[in-house]
Amino acid sequence: MKKLRKTLSKFPLHIVVITIALIWMTPSLGVLINSFRTSQAMKTSGWWTMFATPFNFTQWTLENYATVLATQDLARSFRNSLLISIPATILPILIAAFAAYAFSWMEFPGRQVLFSIVVGLLVVPLQMTFVPIYAAFNKIGITGTFLAIWAAHTGYGLPFAVYLLRNFLGALPKDLFESAWLDGASFWTAFWRLALPLSVPSLASLAIFQFLWVWNDLLVALIYLGGTPSVAPLTVRVANLVNSLGADWHLLPAAAFISMILPLIVFFSMQQYFVRGILAGSVKG
Amino acid sequence: MASVTYEHVTKRFGDVIAVNDLNIEIADKEFLVFVGPSGCGKSTSLRMLAGLEEISEGNIYIGDRLVNDVPPKDRDIAMVFQSYALYPHMTVYDNMAFGLKLRKTPKAEIDRRVKEAAQILGIEHLLDRKPKQLSGGQRQRVAVGRAIVREPNVFLMDEPLSNLDAKLRVQARAEISKLHQRLGTTFIYVTHDQVEAMTMGTRIAVLKDGLLHQIDSPQNLYDLPNNVFVAGFIGSPAMNFFDATLIMEDGKMYADCRDFRVMVPEERYGVFKPYLGKELVMGVRPEHVHDPQYAPPGIKPALVEANIEVTELMGNEVVAYFATDHATFLGRLDPRTDARVGMIKAAAFDMSRMHIFDKETEKAIR
Repeated sequence: MKKLRKTLSKFPLHIVVITIALIWMTPSLGVLINSFRTSQAMKTSGWWTMFATPFNFTQWTLENYATVLATQDLARSFRNSLLISIPATILPILIAAFAAYAFSWMEFPGRQVLFSIVVGLLVVPLQMTFVPIYAAFNKIGITGTFLAIWAAHTGYGLPFAVYLLRNFLGALPKDLFESAWLDGASFWTAFWRLALPLSVPSLASLAIFQFLWVWNDLLVALIYLGGTPSVAPLTVRVANLVNSLGADWHLLPAAAFISMILPLIVFFSMQQYFVRGILAGSVKG
Repeated sequence: MASVTYEHVTKRFGDVIAVNDLNIEIADKEFLVFVGPSGCGKSTSLRMLAGLEEISEGNIYIGDRLVNDVPPKDRDIAMVFQSYALYPHMTVYDNMAFGLKLRKTPKAEIDRRVKEAAQILGIEHLLDRKPKQLSGGQRQRVAVGRAIVREPNVFLMDEPLSNLDAKLRVQARAEISKLHQRLGTTFIYVTHDQVEAMTMGTRIAVLKDGLLHQIDSPQNLYDLPNNVFVAGFIGSPAMNFFDATLIMEDGKMYADCRDFRVMVPEERYGVFKPYLGKELVMGVRPEHVHDPQYAPPGIKPALVEANIEVTELMGNEVVAYFATDHATFLGRLDPRTDARVGMIKAAAFDMSRMHIFDKETEKAIR
C-alpha cells in the first residue's frame, strides 16, 4: 500500500521527465528513422508517417549507408575524427592532471594567483581567440594540420579540466601524500602512484566530456583545418555534404547518423561516469 | 636506531607561535610522548621532525645529522597518522610494501619483511584486502605495519589510537608498548590523552601553548609536577586545587584555605617558611582524599568537613564530589564508605602528598 502510494506520488514527476526526454530525442529519432528509409519514401512523406505502416518493408533500406560510406569519403573522415579526438582528449587531461596536482600539493609562490588566472580563462569566449591564434598558427605554419587542432583543443579544454581536477585532487586527504613522501616518494612518484590512480573517476568523466566535445566540434575544426579534405573530421564532411549533395540530400541522415554512432557508444558504455563525474569534484570519490 | 635532538626549535605560522624554543634530547630507544591539550604544538613538533613542516628557528638532529633541510623521504623515519593514511587503491600487502619498493629493496626482502610484520601484528590473513574492507582496528595495525617494514631509525606516531573505541584503545596501547620493547627503536608519540602518555612513555613532554612545561618520567611527572598546569593535566580525575595561605600558630604550620585549615607536615616547614602569608595554591589529588574510616596506614591525615554533592559508584571506588563554602573537590573513596549525597562528611587529606604552588607564577614550591 505504502509502496503504491509512493509510486503514485512520483507519477507526475515521471510524466514530466519522460516528456522532456521524448521531446529531446525526437530530432535524433527522426534522423535515425529517415536514414533507413528509401529516398522515395523520404521525399514523399515525413518520417513520422512510418508509424502508420511500420511493417511495410518496401520503405526500409540500408542503401543510404552503403552509398554514403562508399562515395562520400566518410570512412576517411571517421578516421580523421578519431585521429583528432583521441590525442585532443588525452593531451589536455594529462596536462591538466599535472597542473592540478601542482596547484593542490606543491608549494610555490603565486600558486593561488596562477590558479585564479587559469580558472578565469573559463570566461573567455572561444570565438575571441580565433583570429590571434589563427595568425600565430599561420606564422609557424601548422594551420591545416592535426597538430594545430590538437593544440587548439588542448588549450580550450585545459581551464575546465584543471579546475575540475584541482577540486578533486585538493579534496584528497593531506595525510595520504605526506605518508607517501615519508615512504620515500618524490612529487613525481606520488603523482603517478597515488594522485593519478585515485582520480580515475574524475579523469574518466573528464575524458568523456572532452572526447564528446571534440568529436562533435565543427567550429574549431573549420577554423584551424580550413577545408582541407585530407584532414577534415566527420563534422566538417557532413556539413559540406549539405551543400554538395544537392539532389541527393536523402543521404544526409545516414551520414549524420554515422557521425553520432561513436558518441552514442561512448555514452552508453560509460554512462555511470557521467553521473559520478559531475559530482567528482564536490563529493569525495 | 638514533637519538633525536630539538635545539631551540621555534615554529611560527604568521604571527602565531606554535612551538616556542623547544629543547629536548631524546635518547636512542626511548619512548617519548608529547602530550598536551589541542593546539599546544605537539603535532607541529612531530611534523617538524618528520620534515612535513619547516622549522622557523633552531635545529633538529636525528643522531648526529642536522636534518633541517633534509627532505622527509631521506630522514629515515616512519610515521603513523591519526587517519592511518592508507593508500585506498592498494591492498594491505602493497600498502606495506610501497615504501620498500620505492627504495628499491629486493623483492624477496620486501616479501620477508612484510610477512614478518604482518605476523607480528596478526594481520597475515588480511594481506590481500583493500583498506575499505578493514575495520578501524585492522586499519590501525596496517598503518603500524607499514611503518615497521621500513625498519626506520625513528618511529613517529600522531595520535594513532584516537579513532579506536575505548576497549580497542586499551588493547592497542599495550601492543604498541610491546612493539617498542621488541623493536628497540626510538618512538616519538603524540597524544592529547594523558592516560596514553602515562602508560606508554618512558618520558613525557608536557606542552601547552607551544611551551614545554615539563619533561620527565611518568612517575616523576605525577609525583612532582613543576607547575599548576602539569599538576592538573596529569592524573585523572584531575588534582583538586585550593586557594591557600600558609600560617604559623603555636609553632605549627597550617595551610589556611578559608573554609578549613590543614596541618602541613613538619619536614616541609623549611621549604615553605619563606612563603608564609603569601597567596598560594594547594593541590591534593583525588586519590589522596580518603574516607577517614578506611584511610590507608602511613598517611598524614587532615580532616576537612564538606557537603557531598554527587557520588559516582565505580565498583572499585566511589568518586565523591565535596563542596565547602568556597571550594569543591573530588575524593576517590574506599567503596565501603558510607558517603551519600547530601550528607556532611569529613574527608581525610593525605598531607604528605600535598602540593603547594605559587599563585602568581603557578610554579611548584618544593
